[in-house]
Amino acid sequence: MGFASKSPWVIHYDASSCNGCDIEVLAALCPGFDVERFGIINTGNPKHADIFLVTGSVNDRNISVVKQIYDQMVEPKVVVACGTCACSGGIFHDCYNVLGGVDKAIPVDVYAPGCAVRPEAIIDGVVQALGILEEKSKALKESKRRA
Amino acid sequence: MGKKSVIPFGPQHPVLPEPLHLDLVVEDEVVIEATPQIGFVHRGLERLVQTRDYNQFIYVAERICGICAFGHSMGYAETIERLMGVEIPKRAEYLRVIWHELSRVHSHILWLGLAADAFGHEALFMHCWRLRERVLDLFEKTTGGRVIFSVVKVGGVQRDIDASMLNQFVSVLEGIMGEYQQICRAFLEDSSVRNRTSGVGVISTERALDLSMVGPFARASNVPYDVRSLGNGAYGDLSDFQPIVSSNCDCYARMEVRAAEVIQSIAIIKELAAKIPAGDIAVPVKGAPAVDSEACNVVEQPRGECYYYAKGNGTKYLDRMRMRTPTSQNLAGMAVALNGCDIADVNMIVLTIDPCISCTER
Repeated sequence: MGFASKSPWVIHYDASSCNGCDIEVLAALCPGFDVERFGIINTGNPKHADIFLVTGSVNDRNISVVKQIYDQMVEPKVVVACGTCACSGGIFHDCYNVLGGVDKAIPVDVYAPGCAVRPEAIIDGVVQALGILEEKSKALKESKRRA
Repeated sequence: MGKKSVIPFGPQHPVLPEPLHLDLVVEDEVVIEATPQIGFVHRGLERLVQTRDYNQFIYVAERICGICAFGHSMGYAETIERLMGVEIPKRAEYLRVIWHELSRVHSHILWLGLAADAFGHEALFMHCWRLRERVLDLFEKTTGGRVIFSVVKVGGVQRDIDASMLNQFVSVLEGIMGEYQQICRAFLEDSSVRNRTSGVGVISTERALDLSMVGPFARASNVPYDVRSLGNGAYGDLSDFQPIVSSNCDCYARMEVRAAEVIQSIAIIKELAAKIPAGDIAVPVKGAPAVDSEACNVVEQPRGECYYYAKGNGTKYLDRMRMRTPTSQNLAGMAVALNGCDIADVNMIVLTIDPCISCTER
């Protein structure tokens, strides 16, 4: 296991979620589920983060914010779409101001469904993301060695 | 005097739980003007009434906001019941109020945690959220959901709470009381918290009335306005209800009001759990709202007064559904409270209005 996947830091952005998923993301970090004991820390700085947790669907106003946060994160990085809205647009998919899931803006690695997403589903998604983070970090090292 | 400069704040910011953008015009570390910008969470769900019938819309109404989810589904259902002249059973009214007050307990404890985080007290934040999990367990036991419950329907509620479960409600809430009061002591008596919040973001009573502020934000400025005292539904059966107010008008007062409201809500739940009548929990609702029928409704959400308006057109689809949410009322007050504050206090003041941007923009 690489260093990043031992203590991955997460950044959370509420794209256009109803807050249901946001408070569940925070609940997963807080006592009760307490993923902080595994070294997973919520950070506000994209440059410090390894995992990007996005809740809610994207619209014309926030798509640039989502892209910007993603671009500021350093490689290797993974994206977890938390909740049905982030996965596909959810029950708001046919609203006039909803473009669709987060994958319309940035590449998504793991989809954690649920409305609202349960903390268990977020934890499961993050555990899957750690495997992907590990692979990405190996590939990055490999490409650096070759270069 | 220094030069004026503009600091953009949000939508993604470490202290902001929600995407709100503020343009802060600062001069020597003092904010002289703050302009909020919203639009990051707008989905346009009011228009969904044209494609979802009035029964289907309830799950959209519930997802206006994930924190006051129950309040929105209750407010919407009550509006439709008024629109169609449906009278719901007394037991359903009681159950709705019990769940709604429990949502207020969870919302206020959540807010206290976020406030602790805003003034940099991480441990207190964690303690609040630990306590909140106990309340969420009650929701999960009775509705199956932690934040979105899908338990209200037009004409009543989907599920009943039996007597033993109601006793459990009371015993769990009494059980957290000791810990809650300890946490409240940290909020209200600790000198570092007091220094951080006293005299910050003051809005006088006259100003609060001018700006039509609502909810705990207004009550902290000594405006005794609480929709619950109108006595809609089971609130009318309460032996006594007095809005909790504070005359300090600052961030400390807002904390004080919310801390006391949790205890008030627990008392309401206890009283209603003892008084709840037996009977049906729903009546069947058939037909459609009449052409040009209109109804409105107000509900006291955890963040303040929320207004609902519905218009029927003779079909199962509504003509118009409109909500005016507490945060959209309070944003004006927030912008005023930010004038003249230190830049370090901005997050504290933004948080004390308990902004719910997804309610505001829908």
